[in-house]
Amino acid sequence: MSKRPTVAEHLARQGVSRRAFLKFCAATASMMALPPGMAPAIAEALGQRRRPAVIWLSFQECTGCTESLTRSHSPTIESLIFDVISLDYHHTLQAAAGDAAEHHRERVQEEFAGEYLLIVDGSIPIADGGVYSTIAGMTNLQMLEESAKGAAAIVAVGSCAAFGGIPKANPNPTGAVSVADIIKDKPIINVSGCPPIPVVITGVLAHYLTFGTIPELDKLGRPTAFYGETIHDRCYRRPFYDQGKFAKSFDDAGARNGWCLYELGCKGPTTYNACATTKWNEGTSWPVESGHGCLGCSEPDFWDAGSFYKAVSMPISDLGKLGLAAAAAGAVAGVAVGLHNRHVKAGAKAAHKPLTADELEGDKS
Amino acid sequence: MSALNMERGVKAMMEQIDAPIASYFNSCVHCGLCADACLFYTETGDPKYTPIHKVEPLRRVWKQEYTFWGKLMSTLGLSRRVTDADLDAWQELVYDSCTMCGRCSAVCPVGNDIAYMVRKVREGFAVSGHATEGLAEAAIRTVNIGSPMGIKAETLKKMVASEAKASGIEIELDKPGVEYLLMLSSAEIMQFHEFIGAVAKVMDHAGATWTISTEAFEATNTGIQIGSSDIARQLVQRVVDVAEKLGVKTVISPECGHAYIAIRWDGPNLIGRPYGFQVKHIVEVLDEFRAQGRLHFDDSKEDMKLTFHDPCQMVRRGGVVEQPRRLLDLCADNFTEMPDSGVWNWCCGGGGGVSTNERAEPLRLKVFSRKKSQLDSIGVKAMVTTCSNCRNMLEEGLEEYGMDMEVLSLTELLAEHLDDSKASKGAEA
Amino acid sequence: MTDMELLNWARGPALEWATIIFVVGVLVRFLEMSLLGRKPDLSEARASAAGGGWRTVWRRSIPAPGLVKQAPVVIYAGYAFHIGLLIALLFFAPHILLFKDVFGLSWPALPFFVVDAATVIAIVALLVLLVHRLVNPVRRFLSSWVDYLVWAVTFLPLLTGYLAYHRMILPYTEMLAYHMLSVALLLVVFPFTKLMHTFTIFVSRWYNGAVSGRKGVQL
Repeated sequence: MSKRPTVAEHLARQGVSRRAFLKFCAATASMMALPPGMAPAIAEALGQRRRPAVIWLSFQECTGCTESLTRSHSPTIESLIFDVISLDYHHTLQAAAGDAAEHHRERVQEEFAGEYLLIVDGSIPIADGGVYSTIAGMTNLQMLEESAKGAAAIVAVGSCAAFGGIPKANPNPTGAVSVADIIKDKPIINVSGCPPIPVVITGVLAHYLTFGTIPELDKLGRPTAFYGETIHDRCYRRPFYDQGKFAKSFDDAGARNGWCLYELGCKGPTTYNACATTKWNEGTSWPVESGHGCLGCSEPDFWDAGSFYKAVSMPISDLGKLGLAAAAAGAVAGVAVGLHNRHVKAGAKAAHKPLTADELEGDKS
Repeated sequence: MSALNMERGVKAMMEQIDAPIASYFNSCVHCGLCADACLFYTETGDPKYTPIHKVEPLRRVWKQEYTFWGKLMSTLGLSRRVTDADLDAWQELVYDSCTMCGRCSAVCPVGNDIAYMVRKVREGFAVSGHATEGLAEAAIRTVNIGSPMGIKAETLKKMVASEAKASGIEIELDKPGVEYLLMLSSAEIMQFHEFIGAVAKVMDHAGATWTISTEAFEATNTGIQIGSSDIARQLVQRVVDVAEKLGVKTVISPECGHAYIAIRWDGPNLIGRPYGFQVKHIVEVLDEFRAQGRLHFDDSKEDMKLTFHDPCQMVRRGGVVEQPRRLLDLCADNFTEMPDSGVWNWCCGGGGGVSTNERAEPLRLKVFSRKKSQLDSIGVKAMVTTCSNCRNMLEEGLEEYGMDMEVLSLTELLAEHLDDSKASKGAEA
Repeated sequence: MTDMELLNWARGPALEWATIIFVVGVLVRFLEMSLLGRKPDLSEARASAAGGGWRTVWRRSIPAPGLVKQAPVVIYAGYAFHIGLLIALLFFAPHILLFKDVFGLSWPALPFFVVDAATVIAIVALLVLLVHRLVNPVRRFLSSWVDYLVWAVTFLPLLTGYLAYHRMILPYTEMLAYHMLSVALLLVVFPFTKLMHTFTIFVSRWYNGAVSGRKGVQL
């Protein structure tokens, strides 16, 4: 097993032409915002590499991230990338089950210690000793710590692994946390999104495989090549925002004319992701294009940002109701303070002793 | 311990603080525009004369006694109580450098009536023994003798007799059942007694019945100036008692600004009930005579270039604005308005008790430069006014600045130009 | 704490607490003031007190004669700031959404470039007023640390709003969070300072105008 074929050998065996591979490399280069001339270099680098071992751990997740990947049609760069790597362990995709699967994972961890790439989707519940999610008798926490030890790097795929995601949503009963909350001594790349864009996942993997380095990351550990700008700033509807043209409901003239969805709760302004440029389903469309505002799924705690249909400028809570309650309390308190003031003033009045000329006279001496 | 002490002073301020004052303190944004409205600041350039700063002791009492946070702070010992030393330090600001002219109140963009607050803060100063000596003495004389200058009924009788003789018109004192009861300011008895003759002439001309009371003749209310409602009430009560005893229809406030607001606007609130008679400024009465066609003038209209000095309390604080202008129109040909005339006029510098305060004299004369520049810009020969205190202050100011200008009483000027041959002589009364 | 957590905190608990403190604070301040009461005026009115009151409520927005010449900085910068602030506050589309959400009322927004210009004007005016406060003898004399605090809490929402809109200095999410937090701070400071004039100005003007109005003085 240690003598794995190089990527080029593997592709040849799979019947992928050199031309198709170059095309993939060009696409990869463009996705990573590299000059097109880099494609042969990428092809060279990738071709020479032995297919690296990859362990994919799924914790508190919905399989949406995996769904996102597998929904892509073949042959695509998404599927190609899986020809480039050797996916050694993945619950959903692997044929093996039970002890066999776990043994294989352990063997890969041992054999490729320090070399394998660890991919995680799903958050890790740590409340009550992590009992809320276990695999083969191991808590997710134990498995992550064990698998992370020998990993060269970790890719946290999806907002759950990257930030805790929906399981972490208030009140977070399982104590869900992100990979980065637990693993502090390994390079971690966060590929957030619920789910992340497939080409973003593969792009990140391609970068890692090509250069063997971690791409430039933003302060949330996300590759800036994909998460450098907000949806809003790259949105094709942005000109309507600037003109102040907003859809007021999902079926008004504004909505039909494709005006900005800001007022309908679009979280584009505060969401960093590549949807507006890469789109989804092989570039077919994306949420805003299909008429719905961005939910902000690639941002931490997007589930706790209030209604999806409240604009980012609106408070999360119902301040109107809260204000009324506060007004009632304020009125009661105010009347109490006011009555006390009157009482104090009445006291001052009662103590009043009329000023007389004699007193003025007496004061002079 | 003196009967006048700080505790009493604070209590007095607490009694005075009402919703308007609380609102004013809540509203102040420290924009400083009141300074630009105050001649004590514009003429000295000293920021301490900023009007709102003058009521700082009142603000502190308000904050500590009537605001939740202020109370909490003072309970925790985080705010300093108002002390005798504070009031000593503020005495000059409250009494020497404020004539309660109300120009700041008219300018304040948030609508604060600062003059009202100065009037109220003086209550605290008066009962804590921090009123100026001059005002305290004037108040004592007014209560004990009947007039701030110590004028007694005997003196009044002499002056009235001499004016009756000079004008050839009989003036009946203490006459019940007449229409008008004329009040007088001390200055109008001593310095400007021609005013009495002038009133006699106009009344006679218009055919109106009137009298002066020997029991309550003093119009000036030192209680208002020193800031004591107790004393002010006593003085108003004297007038009310006499007016109701004589059964007059109207009490005439003479040419004196503070006297006017004291009896006209503050009086009923001091005694706690509306009057059974009306109160009018002499100028209002004259203007009514004019409107009723009871005044007839000769052809000798005054052709000297003259202007009108609006007494703050009569005009901005009193609401008698157009009347003097209508009357001047009847007897003067060459009338010019001062810049900032009417409700925007600048004070003579001696209102609100400042004229009674010897210490304030240099400051008062210094800030007269404002009036000087107003006058310089129009170049008039004479200035007419309707307040004997203003008249005094203006004369002193003109002398100080070496300006040659006459200061006239509107009533006197009017009386001079009446055409006796066409007098109503009671025909229309 | 991530930018988004900060923004959620700003849009959530921070604004909730700020609202509670603001509403309770303003009402307590307002009632403790109003309930002090005012004696009825027994003098015979020459004209309508209420008429004078209402007149002064609006009329006092226009500077007194001669004042513009005497205090041009305060008047011009004061106007510029207040008008700029009101436009930015009330006619920026995202703000209107907030008002709609809280009060259920909405109105047409002004174009962004207008709001943008108004914001710049308000910011510049506030800077001018700050310098004036530091340099002019009267304003400096009148000012305590509270005046500078109030200046700062008024300035911050304008500045952060401007920077957020233009994606300057910090990522939008973070700047938007600071913008909302600065507003929360403004709301918290509001009831305890001269910011109360926003409401009491009408009361003060009315009282002042009513006294003059009774006397027949038109101010």
